[in-house]
Amino acid sequence: MNSTEQLLSYPRLDPLDPVSLWRGMVWLRSYDERAVALQRQGRIGTYATFWGEEAVQVGALSAIRHSDWMFPTYRENGIVTLRGLPLERAWSYFRGDPGALFDPREYGCAPQSVPLASHLSHAVGWAWSRMVGGHDDVALAFFGDGATSEGEAHEALNVAGVMKAPVVFLCVNNQWAISTPVSRQTAAKQLVDKAIGYGIPGERVDGFDVIEVAESLGRAVERARNGNGPSFIEAFCYRIGPHATADDPSLYRSSVDEEHWRSMEPIGRMEESLIREGLLSYSQAKAYKEAVRTTMLEAARRLDRLPRPDRSWLGKGTFASEVFIGGLTGEEVLS
Amino acid sequence: MTMVESLNAALDAEMTADDRVVLLGEDIGTTGGVFRVTADLLKRYGSLRVIDMPVSEAGTVGMAVGMCLAGLVPVVEIQFDSFAYPAFQQLVSHLARYRWRTGGSVSMQAVVRLPFGGGIRAPELHSDSPEALFCHMPGLKVVCPSNPLDAYSMLRWAIRHPDPVVFMEPKRLYRLNRAWFNTMPEIWDGWSAAIARQGSDATVVSYGASMHESLAAAELLEQDGISVEVVDLRSLWPLDKSAIIGSVQRTHRLVVVHEAPRSCGVGAEVVAMVAEQAFESLRSPVVRITGLDTPFPMFSLEKEYIPSSELIASIIRKALFK
Repeated sequence: MNSTEQLLSYPRLDPLDPVSLWRGMVWLRSYDERAVALQRQGRIGTYATFWGEEAVQVGALSAIRHSDWMFPTYRENGIVTLRGLPLERAWSYFRGDPGALFDPREYGCAPQSVPLASHLSHAVGWAWSRMVGGHDDVALAFFGDGATSEGEAHEALNVAGVMKAPVVFLCVNNQWAISTPVSRQTAAKQLVDKAIGYGIPGERVDGFDVIEVAESLGRAVERARNGNGPSFIEAFCYRIGPHATADDPSLYRSSVDEEHWRSMEPIGRMEESLIREGLLSYSQAKAYKEAVRTTMLEAARRLDRLPRPDRSWLGKGTFASEVFIGGLTGEEVLS
Repeated sequence: MTMVESLNAALDAEMTADDRVVLLGEDIGTTGGVFRVTADLLKRYGSLRVIDMPVSEAGTVGMAVGMCLAGLVPVVEIQFDSFAYPAFQQLVSHLARYRWRTGGSVSMQAVVRLPFGGGIRAPELHSDSPEALFCHMPGLKVVCPSNPLDAYSMLRWAIRHPDPVVFMEPKRLYRLNRAWFNTMPEIWDGWSAAIARQGSDATVVSYGASMHESLAAAELLEQDGISVEVVDLRSLWPLDKSAIIGSVQRTHRLVVVHEAPRSCGVGAEVVAMVAEQAFESLRSPVVRITGLDTPFPMFSLEKEYIPSSELIASIIRKALFK
């Protein structure tokens, strides 16, 4: 594989194949880095980076099958590209482009939720409906440490417990909600302790360890699939980057702290162990990363070529039939 | 049939017609709902279709969103008007926007039933009229019946409609009177207002429980030789513009009546629309007769708050025909 070569497709994840997990993480990291570059170049707007959370996302995604649905937040904005959403379409969301909005049934992935925690009950409703319809599908719902303070998190966890909904609640504890540390979110010693109150199993895992995440999620998914209800998994990690491209972490946390966590970031650590165990060679790793980078650059060029929406988009998609919204855009007055 | 009974019949009919229809709410199963609108449905359809939820309005409406994603048709009962406030985020940030958020692809075919309004001597926050909040939020349709027949035909429409409907139920009318019908009414068209009483001197536009006060006021005014046309909006958003404008063009005077607070209420939208589209037809300033811009009072004062037929008649007499 030379450096101009690009991937034919996104990597397929297999929890039993650690190299596939590494590939998935490389893919997401490269997606994330390219997005930050696009933002710096003014080709997209404010972007929510997820540097440091690749192991959580890839480990979790590897534990579910295609008929299971994901309910991501904006922090998992790239995960749907691992289910086939074109990269440029995912980035165009951050260009404010309505063409970025997709049919969740096509990818088994709900739209990224911007409000915190309120999408968790959607996962409950979807999963419960699948269960009573005779399917054994599972919902994987992401939320952050900050979201655990929202009342909606409580309602969803509680309802899911009562109704034995097949949901895995994956709490990505990256320790920071913009500038608020997790110690200001809760007096609980650890977030997973909340599971007890809902009568559901809880597990805490190293969110920088993709294998540990995949194994823990695998157990939770099995419980859900077998009719044993929801689980609460706390993946302990660190938000290495800012909250979003508009944020300046130097205002609220020390660079010593950042350095400490960055040195433990999940991809390098995984790569070293794969090379050590002979599952991956240094040159293979380099070539793969180059190919992913080229794939991302190509997609970024396609992003620039995507058509820009015009005014006619304003009325689209709100209702099944648009006959009622003539007044919405002031068109009645203008004509 | 009372309105409670006709709503129950509509739910029953739709649950029989479409097995995707499920009911969710607090105390709706074993008890049949605090107003008994869902009485006996648990027995008939079982606990997978009539679901007694934890006390969790946001969780319940959120669950309904997820059910829509999976292709079910949820009908949520919110126990009382103000209990919708904890679910506001789910209603406006999710249920109302999900089709838009999915590029127009996923239907949120859901109904949120909301018993509302005062006049039943209820405790605080059991008598609000929050319909304008939902009218203002893009993505929701808001409808309100004023009699048992409409309650039946409108609820059946709402359940079949592919977009989310906030179904306002004027709880003061739940058992106020009965309608007798040999055959059940046709399913509503989803938008049309009704001319509940024809007249030639002034148009009164109203909805829900205020319809009864408005019709009674029209009776009183008839004794004074004033002929009032009463338009029942039924759909609060979108408005049936042609019905309202047609009536104003006939009578040249407009009065709007509702129990909800005045400012930014549904009446304000009706008045603004008439000012935009039928200004030349008006022979006198429009009049709004509404609840006050205060919290709904402790119930010993509720008759002072809710516009009565006498008040409506005297205001119309003074303002338009002095």
